[in-house]
Amino acid sequence: MSSLPLVSPAALGRPVDVVATAWPTLVFERLSAMPKLAGVTPASRLDVRPAPQMVPSGVREIDTLTGGLPRGCLTEICGPASSGRTSVLLAALAAATQRQEVCALVDISDAFNPHSAAAAGVNFEKMLWVRCGGSKQKAGSPQRHRDTEKKNGKIEKPVEQALRVTDLLLQSGGFGFVIIDLGDTSLKMARRIPLTSWFRFQRAVEHTATVLFVISQVPCAQTCASLLLKVSGKKLSALSCQLSAGTSPAHAQLLNGLQVQGELLRSRLERKPAGTVTTAFTTKVG
Amino acid sequence: MSQYFACIFVPDFPVQALLRAEPELRSQSLAVLEGKAPLQTVFAVNENARRAGVDTGMSKLQIEPCAGLVLRARSLPQEAAAHAALLDCAQSFSPRVEVHGCDTIVLDLAGLQPLFGPLPKIARALSRRASDLGLETNVAVAGNPDTAVLAARGFSGVTVIPEGKEAEQLGSLPVEVLLGNSAQESGQLLLTFSRWGIRKLRDLAALPDVALSERLGQTGIHLQKLACGATSRTLVPVEPALIFEEVIELEYPLLLLEPLAFLLGRLLEQLCARLEARALATQELRLCLELENGWQTEDLSTNNGATGVLARSGQSRLFQRTLRLPVPLLDSRTFLKLLQLDLKAHPPGAPIVKIQLSAEPVRPRAAQNGLFLPPSPEPEKLELTLARIAGIVGEDKVGSLELLDTHRPGGFRMQRFAPEPISPQRHRDTEKNNSTFLFPVSSLSSSVSLCLCGDSSNDLVTALRIFRPPVDVVVTMQDGKPAFINCPQRKEIQGEILWAAGPWRSSGDWWEQEGWARDEWDIAVQGEAGIALYRLVRDRLGGRWILEGTYD
Repeated sequence: MSSLPLVSPAALGRPVDVVATAWPTLVFERLSAMPKLAGVTPASRLDVRPAPQMVPSGVREIDTLTGGLPRGCLTEICGPASSGRTSVLLAALAAATQRQEVCALVDISDAFNPHSAAAAGVNFEKMLWVRCGGSKQKAGSPQRHRDTEKKNGKIEKPVEQALRVTDLLLQSGGFGFVIIDLGDTSLKMARRIPLTSWFRFQRAVEHTATVLFVISQVPCAQTCASLLLKVSGKKLSALSCQLSAGTSPAHAQLLNGLQVQGELLRSRLERKPAGTVTTAFTTKVG
Repeated sequence: MSQYFACIFVPDFPVQALLRAEPELRSQSLAVLEGKAPLQTVFAVNENARRAGVDTGMSKLQIEPCAGLVLRARSLPQEAAAHAALLDCAQSFSPRVEVHGCDTIVLDLAGLQPLFGPLPKIARALSRRASDLGLETNVAVAGNPDTAVLAARGFSGVTVIPEGKEAEQLGSLPVEVLLGNSAQESGQLLLTFSRWGIRKLRDLAALPDVALSERLGQTGIHLQKLACGATSRTLVPVEPALIFEEVIELEYPLLLLEPLAFLLGRLLEQLCARLEARALATQELRLCLELENGWQTEDLSTNNGATGVLARSGQSRLFQRTLRLPVPLLDSRTFLKLLQLDLKAHPPGAPIVKIQLSAEPVRPRAAQNGLFLPPSPEPEKLELTLARIAGIVGEDKVGSLELLDTHRPGGFRMQRFAPEPISPQRHRDTEKNNSTFLFPVSSLSSSVSLCLCGDSSNDLVTALRIFRPPVDVVVTMQDGKPAFINCPQRKEIQGEILWAAGPWRSSGDWWEQEGWARDEWDIAVQGEAGIALYRLVRDRLGGRWILEGTYD
């Protein structure tokens, strides 16, 4: 260690108020004089990370709650089946494609319904759909033999494919939205996704204009998600009981008026409002 | 203002045509053979081979003892490609270009000095451009085309002959440059000059013209004028077709994709340099591989961007791939990666003996992105990303989709993803429509609790998640409605149906073999995590029940 004193004897001899005002400057001067600590920036002088730009999610109530979806961050929406996750996804996708942004949907379970998306207003020209679960190349050539050996002859799992595809999409850059649909992936498989992958994705979208959007049954990205929203069918059970007890014939009933409740579980944004919101979805099945 | 002409001459043209594909041979002795075995003779040699004592006309047997001599067969397609590259080089400077055989090009330099600078600078730029295209050339600039041709053939490197100094500069050249490479008549003339003791052009220029005319006729007078640099003629310009094609004929069949990629990289660099010289780009690359005979292969499939054809031509078979790009590109690395990925997915399946690569020229993309336009992927990166993703999930599983004009369920098809560039005007219109979105985070209260159960201004849609393939279920009917469901494949979908709405009957295509008829039900089933809504379908033609998807 350097033998330089942290506080000069001259400063110690001065009145207390003078020492107090000069203290931080002196400390920084002494720190910069020490070769080992020359490159260290004190925490008090670190730059404040700028607030991310927010974009509309397509659902007014969610925008009111969260301020929109943050660019350059990972946003996760979780909920069980029939909770309205995909409806929110389609609304966000429609809003982004109508803003002329190029979007990519990594569909792990190949569950995307084009007719629903068309009804939601998604512009297909701006949407790249990657349907995971396809088989690898056929065997036959020397190159393919090596690939097959590399994978031990096994067909890649859809989740692994999705992670690789997402990596490629994020590295390519320029996408306004990259959506990973884990909606039908089993909890076991979803939890097997290593946390390092989510960290990598988060780092890849950081400082870019891409919104990384994940829908799943349970929270998967954990601390990597800047915004975590939980959705659930609020009045589904009451509605179904009411309808099943109704006297009208079945063919006169329509799936209509489902209400979805959204709850903000985590937000790393400037303000962290905690609360719940419900929004009404009108049925317009494509 | 006096007129000037430049001549680009490629010494040892057949050798240079081969060296474009194999530049590592430049430092070695190389001889190009012509003829059928075993009567092959040397057709051309490079400087190193000439120093080693190898000359044109020698038989293969005579030169085989030379150590370190590399032998190659003459390749007419590669010579044609080299000549086309030479033309591209000249055309990138001047539209008035005259062809003097395959190795010599003359171009008119009128009006080029304000654009490219003084004559020496133009000559050096010509030489550099030709070097970029893989050709080591001699460039000469003179006041008339013939003098430029003689100087280019006689002097190596860059030569500029000022006006009035033609005879002086050409005087030191041997008389052989007058006659070029041609045949019997030139041989007789050279013999005559040799007998007269005329070795240099200045000797020929000093002969009395009347006496020369008496002995050699008008040919002699013409040659003397050429030697003095005193000819005058107009240029005969050609308009070469825009064909961009590069060929390599391989000495040995290629078995692996890595060396093939190495050669493809060279061809692509040459093609891109030629396209760049003509200020063009390409949107379609065609790769044609000639395969060795006697190998079995498999069927070729097609994808969005690339198509494949396997054809038989005589004794050999041709393997063709066409790479179509959404936007004009001019990046050899991108092309190479795309071709690699395509060949990895569709290998030729047999050893390759000849590679032919051609590009369809188009005008380059002239686009300037606006500062405030939304993000969009770069076309080059996007193409590579799509090709890589296709390698992971399959070619038919990536792209954008197009809805078909049919009521049949699943009426869509995948197509190539090529987002159109965003026009600033369209973006401004979109921005106006979205300008009502004003939700600064800081304006929110610290705790927000909203309950908006009433009408929402957003017209949201209940989405249906499709099961691909559909799930077979067993349904028990009660009072004409589904009452119980059991799904052997998914154990969570079983039990009493809490609510059912339907049926909605639809049918179509009954006039064809692929007719369909179905009854759709919307049902609610109690699941582990709550009530789930499904679309239940009864296939009226097959009589089976399926779950088509879940509402989410």
